[in-house]
Amino acid sequence: MIDFDMPDRVDAVRKMFRDMVVETVRPIARYYDDHEHEQAKELSCFAPIMQAGMGGGRKNKSKEKNKEIKQTEDRIGANMISVVGSQELAWGDVGLMLAMPGAGLGNAAVDAVATDEQYARFGKKYCAMAITESGCGSDASAIKATATKDGDEYIINGEKIFVTDGDRCESVVVWATLDKSKGRAAIKSFVIEKGTPGFCVEKMEKKCGIRASDTATLVFDDCRIPAENILGDPEIRPEGGFKGVMQTFDNTRPLVAAMALGCARAAYEFTRDTLGKEGIHVNYTTPKLMQTAFERDLIWMEENLEVMRLLIERAAWMADNGRANNLEASMSKAKAGKYGNLIVQKCVEMLGPIGYSRDYLLEKWMRDNKVNDIYEGTQQIQMLVIARRILGYNRDMLS
Amino acid sequence: MSTFSLNDNQRQIKDSMHRFAVDEIRPLAEQGDEDGVMSAAFLEKSWQLGLSTSVIPEDYGGYGFDRSVLDNVIMIEELAWGDLSMGIAMITPNLFVLPVLEMGSDEQQRRCLPGFCEETYAAGSLAIMEHSPRFDVSNIRTTAKRASDHYVINGEKCLVPMADNARCFIVIATEDPGSGYGGVGAFIVEKGTRGLKVKAREKNMGLHALESFRVGFSDLEVPLENRIEGFDYTRLIACSRIGLAAAANGVAEASKEYCLDYAKQRDAFGFPIATRQSIAFMLADMAIEADASRLLTLEAAWTADRGENALRMAYLAKDYAASKAFKTADMGVSIMGGHGLIREYPVERWFRNARAFSMLEGMIMA
Repeated sequence: MIDFDMPDRVDAVRKMFRDMVVETVRPIARYYDDHEHEQAKELSCFAPIMQAGMGGGRKNKSKEKNKEIKQTEDRIGANMISVVGSQELAWGDVGLMLAMPGAGLGNAAVDAVATDEQYARFGKKYCAMAITESGCGSDASAIKATATKDGDEYIINGEKIFVTDGDRCESVVVWATLDKSKGRAAIKSFVIEKGTPGFCVEKMEKKCGIRASDTATLVFDDCRIPAENILGDPEIRPEGGFKGVMQTFDNTRPLVAAMALGCARAAYEFTRDTLGKEGIHVNYTTPKLMQTAFERDLIWMEENLEVMRLLIERAAWMADNGRANNLEASMSKAKAGKYGNLIVQKCVEMLGPIGYSRDYLLEKWMRDNKVNDIYEGTQQIQMLVIARRILGYNRDMLS
Repeated sequence: MSTFSLNDNQRQIKDSMHRFAVDEIRPLAEQGDEDGVMSAAFLEKSWQLGLSTSVIPEDYGGYGFDRSVLDNVIMIEELAWGDLSMGIAMITPNLFVLPVLEMGSDEQQRRCLPGFCEETYAAGSLAIMEHSPRFDVSNIRTTAKRASDHYVINGEKCLVPMADNARCFIVIATEDPGSGYGGVGAFIVEKGTRGLKVKAREKNMGLHALESFRVGFSDLEVPLENRIEGFDYTRLIACSRIGLAAAANGVAEASKEYCLDYAKQRDAFGFPIATRQSIAFMLADMAIEADASRLLTLEAAWTADRGENALRMAYLAKDYAASKAFKTADMGVSIMGGHGLIREYPVERWFRNARAFSMLEGMIMA
């Protein structure tokens, strides 16, 4: 039975995050935009939440492994809680959200695939994720960084760019190939700890937005790590783990979509309230043809915000209820990524000098939000995923 | 508790309506559009589904089933998927039945509803739209003036479906011109009342098979007891916009589905055109928006079913569905290239039909 009612505990999570960001994040948002690369110490209160995985965290692996996940109807689980939390944090500030200490994207990978022994070593460490290289982004299979087995060690060589939390983290999950000639199947991920000889942070990017979040270039020069730092299967198998790695995106794409939604909602609310003070309000009886340009734009934003939310919640609901959601996850990301930006950009346009002024956060939100349509799968990658799914095509038929 | 799946009853509605659309609506849609004729035999057949009779209480000859706005939305989408003209004609009686059922007095129900429980199709209709680009539901120009023992209605309505054989209408008129939304009332007007003139059948860009009319009222006298005292204009507008949104979703779904198949079969430069990103991304966009619009419509319907004020959600749902349905139909024509403009292919009809939604009010009730 179709039902859009959220249980009280989800609303409680929403309210908790909202209160925290109103109190802690919004007041410092401008400062850390102006002071790029300075670490926001005020965020330490978020560390326990980040480490708890925003409600999910590591599941009991051995228990889960052989268990067929049962399809349910109305379970509200970690995915729904996460998208709600993600939306609220991003409503506070996308950059500071990414800068929250304690856990990074690498922790998601460790949580998902680490053995118990690896989890004991790395599970509690602030862990970044290094995939992108200067020559490859969306096409992760083109990775050039290498891992060469040498006795009971791997030697890592290569350069990684756009590593979120790359400077502040304690360890990094690095994607590297065991054998470039063997394609995707040879790409493995390795945990490399800060301070390992041969590993250095070479550069901090200067960015358009999300300046509170550090984005680093990492260099690995004959960096030796213990062989037991490889995550997952160490063997190269034709039907290797690459697909499994890509599947983790089904859970993370709605999260990033929710970030775009949160930021766009912040911009919309500011715009609506600012226009409200000028006496501009939407009347929901008047036909669209009779609305002013301001009102039409507000209506357009409202309906798009609603459908972004619905697509995101549906994808999360499917994940929570044991349903494959590859298509729906990409739909939520494609829609929210694109329309989040269109909305924020429209808000800036609508408010004229107020939209452009750095006295307000709106101009910053426009800069901050752009990346939500780029990382975790660009707009164009989402469209490819969706098109392949609805057409029943594989990567060779549509690329 | 939050869930996005249909229950058994809703799935059954969806399946049975879809089957009816495939078996009975689709085969007649092209000819109906060409000739501008609604098959009487089809209407009789559709009447057997009991889409109006089933919700009328047993006391008045119906089956007394509950059907939620959500159920109606699921039903309407499937019928509109079959064909918009035929789908609207099938459920036109509900334009009269549902508001009377929800807002009419016992006496009005007893008087009017049994007529919709007979063996043959009975049309009832709703007259709300007026022939002006400035038409606004909160600024109705048709007036109803109170006289000692009756109301006098003057004005003209347009896009009144099935008006020439409707046995009764709900006429929306303002009792207090200039007072906007609050002054609007609803009046039951029976066929043959003096001063009621069903004018020439309208010719529109789309909706060819649907018989719709201008209807004029000149000093039309309506007895006091025909005023719907419990009239809830907000609810009427909301449920109608939700119904229109559902129909728009049906048209969009039809177009998306057809083009998906076409693009996989049509070769250009040695490969199906669906293997090109330019086409594949249009299809992906159609798919995203079809789901997005459906979810928004369902949420609006769900809001209405909870008895909450659904005006805002209904407004957003209808506006969104209308714009996406047209955009999808338009892309559909583009994907098919020259064939998209040939009337042999249904996308041409969907393109014309989808244009209607942005201007329509009150032609469908959910």
